[in-house]
Amino acid sequence: MIQATQLSKKYGGSIVLNIESLNIPKGQTFGLVGNNGAGKTTFFNLVLDLISPTTGSIINNKIQVNKSEDWKPFTAAFIDESFLIGYLTPEEYFYFIGELRGMNKADIDTFLEQFSEIFNDEIIGKKKYLRDLSKGNQKKAGIVAALIGNPEVIILDEPFANLDPTTQIRLKKLLSDLTKDSNSTVLISSHDLGHITEVCERIVVLDKGAVVKDLETSEETLKELEAYFSV
Amino acid sequence: MIQQFIKFEWKQFFRSSYWQKSIAINILMVFFALYFILVFLALGFGMYPILKKQFPESDPLIMVNGFLFYWFLGDLLMRFFLQKLPVMNIKPLLILPIKRSKIVHYVLGKSVISFFNFLPLFAVIPFGTILISEDYNTATILIWMLLMVVFTLTVNFLNFIIESKSTETELSFLPIIAIASGLFALNYFEVISFSTLLSNAVNGITESPILMLIPIVFLALLYFVNYSILRPKLYVDGSLKAKEQIATTSDLSWTRRFGDIAPFLQLDLKLIWRNKRPRSSVFILVIGLLYGLFFYPNPMYKEMIPMFVFVGIFVTGIFMINFGQFIPAWDSGYYKLLMSQNIKYKEYLNSKFSLMLVSAILMFILSIPYVYFGWKILVIHFAAMVYNIGVNTHVLLYGGSFNRKKIDLTQRAAFNYQGTGAVQWIIGFPLMAFPILFFYFPYKFFGFEAGIATLIILGGIGIVLHQKVMRMITKKYLKSKHKMISAFDQNN
Repeated sequence: MIQATQLSKKYGGSIVLNIESLNIPKGQTFGLVGNNGAGKTTFFNLVLDLISPTTGSIINNKIQVNKSEDWKPFTAAFIDESFLIGYLTPEEYFYFIGELRGMNKADIDTFLEQFSEIFNDEIIGKKKYLRDLSKGNQKKAGIVAALIGNPEVIILDEPFANLDPTTQIRLKKLLSDLTKDSNSTVLISSHDLGHITEVCERIVVLDKGAVVKDLETSEETLKELEAYFSV
Repeated sequence: MIQQFIKFEWKQFFRSSYWQKSIAINILMVFFALYFILVFLALGFGMYPILKKQFPESDPLIMVNGFLFYWFLGDLLMRFFLQKLPVMNIKPLLILPIKRSKIVHYVLGKSVISFFNFLPLFAVIPFGTILISEDYNTATILIWMLLMVVFTLTVNFLNFIIESKSTETELSFLPIIAIASGLFALNYFEVISFSTLLSNAVNGITESPILMLIPIVFLALLYFVNYSILRPKLYVDGSLKAKEQIATTSDLSWTRRFGDIAPFLQLDLKLIWRNKRPRSSVFILVIGLLYGLFFYPNPMYKEMIPMFVFVGIFVTGIFMINFGQFIPAWDSGYYKLLMSQNIKYKEYLNSKFSLMLVSAILMFILSIPYVYFGWKILVIHFAAMVYNIGVNTHVLLYGGSFNRKKIDLTQRAAFNYQGTGAVQWIIGFPLMAFPILFFYFPYKFFGFEAGIATLIILGGIGIVLHQKVMRMITKKYLKSKHKMISAFDQNN
């Protein structure tokens, strides 16, 4: 689904990302871990063509992302709060995204029903603008919006951060259901090794922009990761 | 500590992408500043000889004092629209071991070194020096010069009080206009003659310097009022924090008939209505509409037809100029979303175009009553509207692709007074100046109809080529996409 070849990003003289080759097959739940500055967000931004690569390219379902915009209809993402439109209510935001993805209001209302547990009555029908929600609730709205319209590729940057424990657990279940039911390719990053090993089938460790580990998740993965990071 | 603050300011200014990207605008600002300095210098040097020549009987100093009231009123108005209270990012400083009072004193102190406070000196010092060389009492003149400085600072701090009060209201510029025109009217119809009062006061002070204490105490009082307004705002749950608004939803389903651009149109309408800054550009429509009343009834402008073109462009284009020049910065807060969503750039830009188009037509219709002042005015307004739609909209959209300055819609009123400064008006200038030129030359050589025809033809060409031009503009936006994203990511 997503192929990165000879991908690198330099700022000034320093290399922040340098990936020889990375291939994420369709339907995979793909996890990125790495310390701050390892290049996780840079990689996601490159996939979304929000920054331009210094060398190399990313191909998303046969479309080179910095050459054509045709990857947009089947790709969705939530990177940070700058993906939210602060002066809309959450409903209006969902409707807006829905409209861009060819879903009408009624479709969205049905779609949102399945998230009533996660929303915990704090998001829908509250007569509040997104900018006035707490960080955690903003994040919930952003993640749910990224799932609108059954995108084939979903990119979430640190989806577990800022969420309350209950929601973290629900989100884990949601993400694993997603790949099972709809065959979406999910790319997430996290600093929580426990969560990411639970959710992802494959985990890539980045360090200073380079891939240092590429693991199929198994019983030992968590231990291996903990050993790697406890230096 | 103060040194540190100044260093921060310096860094904030030079490290912002705005500075690096818009050197041209900065240079233009410097030219404007130089221009004003020259004007004031000329005033300072020329005043004495001119007054002496025109009114050999009266004392130039007394005459100047008679005009002071108008001077300060004008100064106050100009500051309100152009001068901002120095903004400093307060929040990170609150928990550091810095006294809160120090932060406030710094903010207020910094306002003293504003260009607006130095400008009068360029007139006051030469004028005073000439007076001294003309055998006026040196002490008297020195007192007078000092008094002018005190008055200038008084206006400076008075302005911030008015600004801080008026940002709490919806129509933030109405109070100042009401106050200024009220004072002016009272004075003009001699209900209370402020200009005589002020003049007498100044004359009194120059005669008995001990009275100088009164304006100084008044200045100190104003400073204290400013201090006590700002001081309680320095809490994160005070005005630094966003007030939670109750969301109002409105049914905008009528926008459906616009087809593909409907979702963006809805978004734009909400953007304008729910955020303070873009909303003010709606209220400016009212001012724009009334603007013609300054010119049309005035016999002085009767023969200056090109001036009417300026008014026409202004009246039909005021929303466009105000709103359009911040495209796409209005959406800077969530630009990354728009760029990664299933959005065609063309539709996004077309929505903005439609908004400007509708505003121009609407303003033209609303300005039809001006036909009372002559059919030519109606014709001029129509031509100006066509020009605005055909040319200025495209220029604004194209110019938008060079926009690198983020607009933080969530920023609250507390430390974000006007939000826009002099730069905004400078950008608007060519939009109004060019049509005047395009009108003027055919008008001069071939007559009124030729001038009108030129504007309409130019506008018509723009309208006919709309699709083509939009494709070009879209390409330009696509090209600068990454630059815009990274600039909008910056906070300053």
